[in-house]
Amino acid sequence: MAEEVAVSDAMAVELTLAGDRDAYRVLVERHSRTVYRMAYRMMGNTHDAEEVVQESFLRAYQKLKQFAGNANFGTWVYRIAANYAIDRLRQRNADEARREGPNKPDEDSFEVDPLSQVRDMSPSPEHLAGSAQLGERMKAALAELSPAERTAIVMRHWDGCGIEEIAEVLKSNSNATKNTVFRAVQKLRRALAPFLEGKEARAMGTEG
Amino acid sequence: MKHRTEEELIGYREGEAKERTAIAAHLKECAECREELARIEAVFGAMDAMPVPEPGEDYGERVWQRIAPRLGERKTLWWESLFVPQRLVALGGVVALVILAFVAGRVTRPPVVPVDQSDAAKVRERVLVVAVGEHLGRTEMMLMELENAPASKGQKTINISETQRRAEDLVEENRLYRQTALKEGDQAMASTLDELERVLLDIANSPDELTPAAFETIRKRIEEEGLLFKVRVVKQGLDERKANPDAKPAENKARGTERKKV
Repeated sequence: MAEEVAVSDAMAVELTLAGDRDAYRVLVERHSRTVYRMAYRMMGNTHDAEEVVQESFLRAYQKLKQFAGNANFGTWVYRIAANYAIDRLRQRNADEARREGPNKPDEDSFEVDPLSQVRDMSPSPEHLAGSAQLGERMKAALAELSPAERTAIVMRHWDGCGIEEIAEVLKSNSNATKNTVFRAVQKLRRALAPFLEGKEARAMGTEG
Repeated sequence: MKHRTEEELIGYREGEAKERTAIAAHLKECAECREELARIEAVFGAMDAMPVPEPGEDYGERVWQRIAPRLGERKTLWWESLFVPQRLVALGGVVALVILAFVAGRVTRPPVVPVDQSDAAKVRERVLVVAVGEHLGRTEMMLMELENAPASKGQKTINISETQRRAEDLVEENRLYRQTALKEGDQAMASTLDELERVLLDIANSPDELTPAAFETIRKRIEEEGLLFKVRVVKQGLDERKANPDAKPAENKARGTERKKV
């Protein structure tokens, strides 16, 4: 395919369906980085993220005739990847829970009023550092979220997905999905409070 | 003053709050809630600080290299392109069943090695043979009915609406098979399907009620062009190829027929 640049997604899908396997390469090369970024934020490490990317494009290939130009291919493969990533997260959590035994703290036990907690939180200047450290801290905080919360916040914040779109991946309704997003923000805030609350909040917000 | 809850402020920040105007008014008045909102905003700022390792310019290519050998796992054959929704209508249930039954018999055995190109070509040819055979069978029936339609002398018009509906379906099928035959390099089949398509189109586009004269014109055309005969010859050739897959296409017979008619 010499004129790869000129081939639209819709055309590449049609060609792939007509048996031109190389046409699928255009789609893979065009969309894999976006899927990778989402997968990394979901999985938290390069190895699992790459596995999600590969598996998602394989699944998209296998289901391509169901797609048949009805929507944007990028959005479609992104959704397949989000679905696969949340399944992998659940599986990973289940494996970890089995290894750690029954004493693991309940992920849904976050019932303390976060506002009151924030007010009680004293700044820990020794932990205050540049945005690199904050980024690492955020990564750790994301890892503490439930698979649904993590999916919701990744799709919502980084990829700007609508509540309905997230609800579809979570197999939930929009109200419950909104609450999942809110809960994710609250949990992240609680986890990052020692790093964030000591600084002037708005200044911190502009660092990233 | 009653302060807004954290959840309300997150909802406000996310554009999902129910009382957006009221919250905005409250924020104007309440410094404490403004500070709280700023602290929430800082969480979003921190999200952006999370690094994502750059996978490299050639990442897409690497993904392709990893998955390409596994793409053979999808049983992709040319006929799948016929099954996209827009085209599905054009295909009768019988054709779909025949193809699926045939393909199931041929390719559902787990491949030990990726499908060889020559094997894929054979499968394609076999599927085409079976599917077109069925299509020609239906076309033959329709043409026969037209040829033998009773037209008594005193009759003012002849209603062919039923036949027309079938002709419309057959035109769609015919077009797909003709294109596929061309793609597969089967000129004889493509040429007969081309002639057939023109007649099918004429039938499909005629008025429901034909005058005996118009009806006669169509009938004559079918006879003069020897369409029914050609359909039968090609169909017979296909039946032979079905029974003996390694035999060459019935090209000579069909071409001979064409030459006779020209």
